[in-house]
Amino acid sequence: MTVSEFFHMGGYGLYVWASFGVTALLMIVEPILVRHRRRAILQRIARIVRMKTEEQR
Amino acid sequence: MSSRLINWFKFSSPATFYPMAGRIIPWAAAIAVVLIAVGLYMSFFVAPTDYKQGEGYRIIFVHVPAAWMSMFIYLVMAFWSGLGLVFNTRLSAMMTRALAPTGALFTFLALWTGAFWGKPMWGTWWVWDARLTSELILLFLYIGFIALQGAIDDLRRADRAGAILVLVGVVNIPIIHYSVKWWNTLHQGASVSVTKGSSMGETMLITMLIMTLGFWAYSIATALARARSIILERERDTTWVSELAEVKR
Repeated sequence: MTVSEFFHMGGYGLYVWASFGVTALLMIVEPILVRHRRRAILQRIARIVRMKTEEQR
Repeated sequence: MSSRLINWFKFSSPATFYPMAGRIIPWAAAIAVVLIAVGLYMSFFVAPTDYKQGEGYRIIFVHVPAAWMSMFIYLVMAFWSGLGLVFNTRLSAMMTRALAPTGALFTFLALWTGAFWGKPMWGTWWVWDARLTSELILLFLYIGFIALQGAIDDLRRADRAGAILVLVGVVNIPIIHYSVKWWNTLHQGASVSVTKGSSMGETMLITMLIMTLGFWAYSIATALARARSIILERERDTTWVSELAEVKR
């Protein structure tokens, strides 16, 4: 099996790669979004904690 | 006797759950990566060409696991919603919220890969048959849940309303499952059944199961990670959150 045969998928290339491609894309993007959300809330909490300690001084 | 019983309510405390989830996530993520890598290799290089559908059938290795996960995640959300309504535990609603986007993602993927499978095999991207329509309703339920959570400012009310929506919508799950039996559908019947076993080749079945387990581990990792963010967002003013190592840095 050559590389071009592999990507051709016996004529079903478009359908197979659109299915696997979009699945892969979304399953890579979702964890990235989850990580962004975590970073954002951690930064926000760090700000809250800093503000509280400054108030106490 | 009572000393041997596990106090399950202990785990429903966000302060206990947060570090526990943090320990599970790397394992679940690693298992997901390994299983999906093995599953992909088997999908393309081990599973034989289908005698009827040629190479086109390989879509099954993402389509069926995504469709199974779309229903399974909804059932888990219904489980948490029921717990939340009965016991009034805070964590339940957070878990339901954490699962919804991942469930919506798999529902979308089931529909998307189904369309790209239907086009070459049936000659159409979409038909309004019972299986496809009920799966589309599932997507609307997920989107409806997420929108409802965003629309209600009062968290307690949003949690209760969301739980009720999820529990009412759970009636759709058996409809999806039995749709191919109850109605004449263009969508084929089940190839894998608990009672009758499987009508597919063994290699195909094993590949599909490996992909399903990989998606399962992926869902655990992402949902727990999202749940941890939700816990932080809701508990941001508490002492235990301000004392976390990742906050102090």
